[in-house]
Amino acid sequence: MTTINIDHTSRWFGNVVAVNDVTMTIGPGVTGLLGPNGAGKSTLINMMGGFLAPSTGAVTLDGQPIWRNESVYRQIGVVPEREAMYDFLTGREFVLANAELHGLGAKEAQHALATVEMEYAQDRKIATYSKGMRQRVKMASALVHQPSVLLLDEPFNGMDPRQRMQLMDLLRRMGSAGRTVLFSSHILEEVEQLASHIEVIVAGRHAASGDFRKIRRLMTDRPHRYLVRSSDDRALAAALIADPSTAGIEVDLAEGALRVQAVDFGRFTELLPQVARAQGIRLLTVSPSDESLESVFSYLVAA
Amino acid sequence: MYNPTVARLTYRALLGRRRALILFALPALLLLIAAAVRAFNGADDQIAADVLGGFALATMVPLIGVIAGTGAIGPEIDDGSIVYLLSKPVKRPTIIFTKLIVAIAVTMVFSAVPTFLAGMILNGNGQQVAVAYTVAALVASIAYSALFLLLGTVSRHAVVIGLVYALVWEALFGSLISGAKTLSVQQWALAVAQKVSGEGLVTSEVGLSTALALLIGVTIAATWYAGQRLRSLKLAGEE
Repeated sequence: MTTINIDHTSRWFGNVVAVNDVTMTIGPGVTGLLGPNGAGKSTLINMMGGFLAPSTGAVTLDGQPIWRNESVYRQIGVVPEREAMYDFLTGREFVLANAELHGLGAKEAQHALATVEMEYAQDRKIATYSKGMRQRVKMASALVHQPSVLLLDEPFNGMDPRQRMQLMDLLRRMGSAGRTVLFSSHILEEVEQLASHIEVIVAGRHAASGDFRKIRRLMTDRPHRYLVRSSDDRALAAALIADPSTAGIEVDLAEGALRVQAVDFGRFTELLPQVARAQGIRLLTVSPSDESLESVFSYLVAA
Repeated sequence: MYNPTVARLTYRALLGRRRALILFALPALLLLIAAAVRAFNGADDQIAADVLGGFALATMVPLIGVIAGTGAIGPEIDDGSIVYLLSKPVKRPTIIFTKLIVAIAVTMVFSAVPTFLAGMILNGNGQQVAVAYTVAALVASIAYSALFLLLGTVSRHAVVIGLVYALVWEALFGSLISGAKTLSVQQWALAVAQKVSGEGLVTSEVGLSTALALLIGVTIAATWYAGQRLRSLKLAGEE
């Protein structure tokens, strides 16, 4: 049972604050670190992996500081986001080198390659690998010493759906075996499928923490805004406002469109085409006006 | 202090890159020049010393040193693959020391060996010229490797800075400004070579004891500082 503690930790680079007074505890099981790009996820993971010193605060593993503490690395496996590897090696040579650096050997390397199902390509140069294959070899190199903590930075980037499922499966198994697995992602669905526990980071701050259902509800139950153009805006507005899924409608004369605020996302998306058809109105534009991830997250921060 | 896995990764990285072609091209050029000079002029001790001093020691050795020294660590820091070394229970000074050993070995093989061969071609080691310059190349290999390895941990532009040092400082200023000669790896190495060679063929601006003290001091200080640099190296990620 291994726990990572992040205690009132900040990290800045010159004038830029990447991580701002974050406190969280990552325990056994799979934890998703969710946040938009540039939120500070990688900086956090780099501090947990011992690649970066916190500017203030402390990052510890079972009470031991991680920065400049090589012996702690025996317990940590890191899958970095960056693509760079030793491309001139074969997959087998690369994983073997990682095993040797942990004081292990060919047996452990082979086991790790089998775990990620890369044995079939292990004697090819890494330079010839696809993105998904690289990701799996990185994974093997992080697993080779059976770490109790696994840190993965955007591990699903560039993977095809089948590889994604395989990796999720593997991480799930590791989590239920009692290992502490933390992965970062900017994609809600990924985190939802895999993590039982979510930490949300927005603009360097710890925005939310907890069970994914709770956070998902916060995210989907927020008011959604749509921009709608139709053949008869006022008639459509009248019909929509009659339903409880719509909280407000503004007729934007300058845009020649309706601005609709929906409270029940699922119901509204079903309702809109039905109402339009019943009234004989043609829908010309239906576009969500605040669907960017940033707005979802900023809503979460405010909540 | 020495990690064979780090060593293996380092020399494969050094010899597997396109830059490695220079490691083969420069010695080949030296041997070609030596053969041509011998063919046109016959064996002449002074000419042999001029070629080995002017091209081998003044140009080839520092260039090989730049490639091997900076190449042993710079690219890994640049592309971030050094993560795989830093995330292991291996002391960072051990990583630096191992990379230094590999850089020294590569520089010696690609500079001292061709220097000796060129000396043999030029005048068959008459008056110990070949051996003297080979010793100089061996000695210089150690100091250059340490200096350029440190440069690789300090700057992303290590190769450019290294080339400027090797070509401008050592070759140009070193021959114009007398003060610069005291602070020149080449002159230190020559001071050692002077002891080996016959009368008057190899000369240095620096006395032997000063040269040795500087060679050892610079090598140790550069290696120590490179270890410190790696200990405080921060990987900022891509954000």
